[in-house]
Amino acid sequence: MTAAQQVTTPLIDARNIHTYYGESHVLHGVDLVLMPGETLSLLGRNGMGKTTTLKSILGFVPPREGQVAIKGIPVAKRRPWQLIRQGIGYVPEGRGIFPGISVREHLTMAARSNDRGETLWTLERVLDTFPRLGQRINHDGSFLSGGEQQMLSIGRALTTNPDLIILDEATEGLAPLIRDEIWKIIRNIQASGIASIIVDKNIDNLLDVADRHLLLVKGRVVYSGDSHGLKADPSILDTHLGVA
Amino acid sequence: MDLAFFGVQLLNGLQYGLLLFLIASGLTLIFGIMGIINLAHGAMYMIGAYLVYDLTLRLGNFWVAILVAVPIAIALGLIIERLFLDTLYKRDHLYQVLLTFGLILVLNEAQRIIWGGDVHSVPVPAPFDASLQLTDNLQYSVYRLFVMGVCLALAAAIYWVIRHTRLGIIIRAGAVNRDMVEGLGINVRTLFTLIFSAGVALTAFAGMIAAPLSSVAPGMGDSILITCFVVVVIGGIGSIKGAFWGAILIGMAETFGSVLIPSLASMVIYLIMAAVLLVKPRGLFA
Repeated sequence: MTAAQQVTTPLIDARNIHTYYGESHVLHGVDLVLMPGETLSLLGRNGMGKTTTLKSILGFVPPREGQVAIKGIPVAKRRPWQLIRQGIGYVPEGRGIFPGISVREHLTMAARSNDRGETLWTLERVLDTFPRLGQRINHDGSFLSGGEQQMLSIGRALTTNPDLIILDEATEGLAPLIRDEIWKIIRNIQASGIASIIVDKNIDNLLDVADRHLLLVKGRVVYSGDSHGLKADPSILDTHLGVA
Repeated sequence: MDLAFFGVQLLNGLQYGLLLFLIASGLTLIFGIMGIINLAHGAMYMIGAYLVYDLTLRLGNFWVAILVAVPIAIALGLIIERLFLDTLYKRDHLYQVLLTFGLILVLNEAQRIIWGGDVHSVPVPAPFDASLQLTDNLQYSVYRLFVMGVCLALAAAIYWVIRHTRLGIIIRAGAVNRDMVEGLGINVRTLFTLIFSAGVALTAFAGMIAAPLSSVAPGMGDSILITCFVVVVIGGIGSIKGAFWGAILIGMAETFGSVLIPSLASMVIYLIMAAVLLVKPRGLFA
């Protein structure tokens, strides 16, 4: 793939995905397109399909219908690790920190270059970005505070040198000061050219950070557009999220 | 019990415990990381012993037999994992229990067809077919000491891999949250194959080096399987450290139990397990 093609080919191109948990039909024809360097937010109340959309794209809950392509390559029937290896850093809801594994081990266990052989995010750069982690480098990851665990989860994802980072509930359960720190880090990641998909309940920050938004209601996209569109028509957020 | 007798029992308990560790380490990794209850693990111990018995007869040398038998055990592990277990990871434990119980029957029958129902012995190999004078009245088999040394070296190697390598970090992480490991772009499927093969190779190797210490007999893996499950439960499922200390504890308890309280010997390890679970329900090192 040429450099020009890399820029014009979506990182994620999910079309008409229908996902089920058993017989329960959760996603009803969701479309999600993400271009390189773009930041997309997934909005919606709890249980509307945001995490399921992410898990469907990553292959953890494969869609029964529809197509998902990553960097232009259809990924049907591929395992999650194969999809993530295509340049995705995953920061799951709950952070996915392993008890008994130190901060340093978390930051080295999946470290790798990107598919162009570049190692832009080294352990040192991650520790520069998250000085708190450097101070607790030999501590058990599960003994960190919630904010530090989120930093560790983001740092671990960055050590895989991703083209896209997926943050599910990026600041959930964190103290306001820590939330601000996480949003600052997200902006830094954005500025470094890494695309992102962010799920969070903090609408103001999402409106500020994200280039585009998908609003999900009962597994359907009811709004797709930029922050200007959402700000211009407050009734959208008011109706579907109860905020204006 | 005089001091010399106590010393011999102590060494016997340690040697038995270290041998148990080799078997239990594979069992705890397979159970803790892959979620597979491998009832056929003991049968692999038996197959290891029979392989080394057969190959020693054919090749005339115990050490060469081991060199040939270990790759065969690894291949057997690979075949079983890829052919049979691959489809069962997402299923209930009951399916795994049924499959691995079926494997016990198949492997036991294969053993009878290939090697018959007789009990065999493997001579203690040179240069370890001697006794060492530890004190004026205490002699001990050099081969038993050698087995202890090998088991300790393997335990140290396993510990080093688990604590100080990236593979070890991934294995420890996999024991906690497999999906998250996969979410980091790590091929858990290959990790499973590696762990299962290594686990089978370790238990088969234990059977190989134990062959000169005891008879090579049909069903010899069945009883040791139960003991190893006790070790795994005591140590904590998925914990190599737990398997080590659990194995030493059970090795000592079984050895001293059979000497000091023969009438209760068969109960001792279960009483210890019950006591440990009362205090630490997830095992000592979970």
